[in-house]
Amino acid sequence: MTSELSEKEVPKVESATSSSIKRIARFMGFRVIMLIVTIVVGVYATILIANMGGYVDTIMRNNIRETTIMEVAQLTANKAIAPEARQKMVQDMINLEEKRLGLDTPFVIRSFKYLWNGLRLELGRAQYMVSDSGSRTVRLILLERLPATLLLMGSSQLILFFVSVFLALMLSRSYGSFWDKLVIALSPTSAAPPWFYGIFFILIFAAILKVLPFGGMVDSPPPDTTIGYVLNVLKHLILPASSLIVAALFFSIYNWRTFFLIYSSEDYVEMAKAKGLNARDIERRYILRPTLPTIITNFALLLIGLWTGATITETVFLWPGLGRTIFRAIGYYDTAVIVGSTIIYAYLLAFTVFLLDFVYALVDPRVKVGGGNN
Amino acid sequence: MNSLKNALREIKRYPSAIIGFIIVMMLVALAIFAMIKIPYPEAIRLWRGGEEVWYMNPKNAPPVWYNWFSKSKLPESFVVKAGVDEGFTKVVTTKPDGSSTINFEYNFTFDYDVFPPEVFLYFNTKFDQRQPFASVSMLTPDGTEIMIGDFGIPTKYTYRFSQDDRFITRINRIMGREMINPVEGIFAVPQSDPSIPLKGDYKLIIKGVTFEEGSDIDAEFVFHGRVAGWFGTDHNRRDLSVAMLWGAPIALAFGLLAALGTSLLSMIIAAIGAWHGGWLDELIQRITEINLVLPFLAILIMVGTFYSRSIWIILGVTIALSIFTGAIKTDRAIFLQVKESTYIEAARAYGANDFRIIFRYLIPRIIPLLIPTLVQAVPAYVFLEASLAVLGLGDPVLPTWGKVINDAETFGALYKGMYYWILQPAVLLMFTGLGFAMLGFALDRIFNPRLRGM
Repeated sequence: MTSELSEKEVPKVESATSSSIKRIARFMGFRVIMLIVTIVVGVYATILIANMGGYVDTIMRNNIRETTIMEVAQLTANKAIAPEARQKMVQDMINLEEKRLGLDTPFVIRSFKYLWNGLRLELGRAQYMVSDSGSRTVRLILLERLPATLLLMGSSQLILFFVSVFLALMLSRSYGSFWDKLVIALSPTSAAPPWFYGIFFILIFAAILKVLPFGGMVDSPPPDTTIGYVLNVLKHLILPASSLIVAALFFSIYNWRTFFLIYSSEDYVEMAKAKGLNARDIERRYILRPTLPTIITNFALLLIGLWTGATITETVFLWPGLGRTIFRAIGYYDTAVIVGSTIIYAYLLAFTVFLLDFVYALVDPRVKVGGGNN
Repeated sequence: MNSLKNALREIKRYPSAIIGFIIVMMLVALAIFAMIKIPYPEAIRLWRGGEEVWYMNPKNAPPVWYNWFSKSKLPESFVVKAGVDEGFTKVVTTKPDGSSTINFEYNFTFDYDVFPPEVFLYFNTKFDQRQPFASVSMLTPDGTEIMIGDFGIPTKYTYRFSQDDRFITRINRIMGREMINPVEGIFAVPQSDPSIPLKGDYKLIIKGVTFEEGSDIDAEFVFHGRVAGWFGTDHNRRDLSVAMLWGAPIALAFGLLAALGTSLLSMIIAAIGAWHGGWLDELIQRITEINLVLPFLAILIMVGTFYSRSIWIILGVTIALSIFTGAIKTDRAIFLQVKESTYIEAARAYGANDFRIIFRYLIPRIIPLLIPTLVQAVPAYVFLEASLAVLGLGDPVLPTWGKVINDAETFGALYKGMYYWILQPAVLLMFTGLGFAMLGFALDRIFNPRLRGM
């Protein structure tokens, strides 16, 4: 290329930049609207499902009727009271309880109220569940469990992510080696979910070897000193975290390795090799850089994935995290908690997706935003 | 045809594909065997049956192959019916006045190091007014005959050795101490403390008397050992072989149907969307995004808790929620590429309608890519079913591997050392998962041009 030609191109590039900013703005505006629609529809669908389209109301009405009749029978056991009066008492108590739970308004109206409250992040109050501190506020119930889930999911997923990306990079360098083949051979082991490995780990390390606890997050009673407490939690963390890691490790390494291999067989990498650049530079500039968006996307999705917890692994290890709270909430028909957790996840997801879209639209030259057919 | 041959030749180059294929075939064979051996209604009856079906089994007994690995041999459970099972003889001598003596004899060998928890006799008698009478004794290897008990027998009668006070007194005298498990006394060296098992041939003798014409006695000898069956038993005395065998067809059916349904439907929807373009394509993409927000496992748990735990409902919901996922995006990307091919243009030129183009020209092109995805998806669904069962949301009727794991978890199998209970279904699940994963993995490397040679 001659310098003459590039000088001529300069004004063109500038106009392209200003128009692309406009395009990006238009695209982002469109994305925001779409994401909001997605959140609204997704959350409303969850509200409908969590109430089984109003069927949960019927279940709860029956529950209330049953418990109220029992209560009244107990209250009036030793009193001479007319059957009509007793009937009235039952009906009054049922009405009161239904009013407390909001069952006196039709479900359709309530569902939109839930939606509106949920979208404003007013998660409301749980119907039956109580947080350890004694509160019925959904926000508190969820927040209380967040540290446990963040500890378990955070430690395991971060280790998993970095170890597998790092090992995958090493493997992609030594393609076809013994270790490479070993990882390929072991990757089908990821077909089994974490709780499955959890059972084996409990069997080996807790039941037979008796070196690690069966489950829970801390001994009861917990150790007095802070250091003792931390060490004790870490000891409880080993088994659930390693089952979460081991279950996904080999497939994850394999995926990243294949991904890196595809990028390292590009022509420009061959070109760089032909030029005689050293391996480190090639890896940094020609393999890692184009793969970075994918790595960041995966990392971001991993971070928001932490929120959902690992229901079954937490159940198997009796880990007091969010996943298990959701499971318990379902058992109590406590839809407020279920919907609350979903709303937060939806917001996190939408926000992350938006952020990633925005960053890529700015950074990645290959992402052509709203370019159309030119 | 040629490409299929090539593909087969290629598969042979991957040992993992062959191993995976063999495992899958073994599972299919196991499933067919299970369905033939125990027909479906029978399996349900057995699995839901209580004491009346499973009285012959001890509770929580490990499988018989435990003995192969342990130094002290545990007694094996057995049950014999007089006149039906070999060795349990029944001799009837009728007297002129209509009364008769019925003598039963059964020889068995006891050469175990541990004592059985319980031994009992099941009687079935026929009579009008006067009930028959029996006296039971046991001939031990050292030649002594231990009197166990004598009693009149009602129409249906269970005689538990350990609940007969007179037998307990006799055994306590023989052993010279209070026995916690009286049955132990029969199979122990007299006066030994702690009890030493007396190994050798035992003979059960039942002398029955009937007092009427047409009156009869039938006896069944139930020996509860410490191990039972090839798969052991659970807390309800159920033979785990029912669940181990029937778990295979259920797991395969659930895994294959879910994988097939999900991948076929998302493929068809992706093809229609890609071909139609415009608002339909946009709508499909939006639904996919909304689906990303919905909590998949939580919804399944909700359906299981609120609505129905039937495996077919769960299967339907699973498929419905899995259609609009990443797969539809991958398929769509491929279809968008294929859509531009010249042969599609040619088809359009000759006037093929949309339906024909989608089903005859678009979809067949991606089937080679679909097969590995489908096979790889199977384990996820097999484990999904097991996961729901572990959460206590398994189908209430069907015997599945996941439900056995759930039972074992609930009753603390790992704490109490009943490892067989959890390990057997786990190993079977693992084999299923590994088999499909290995096969699918190799297929992916063969069919997916992007991965070829990597």
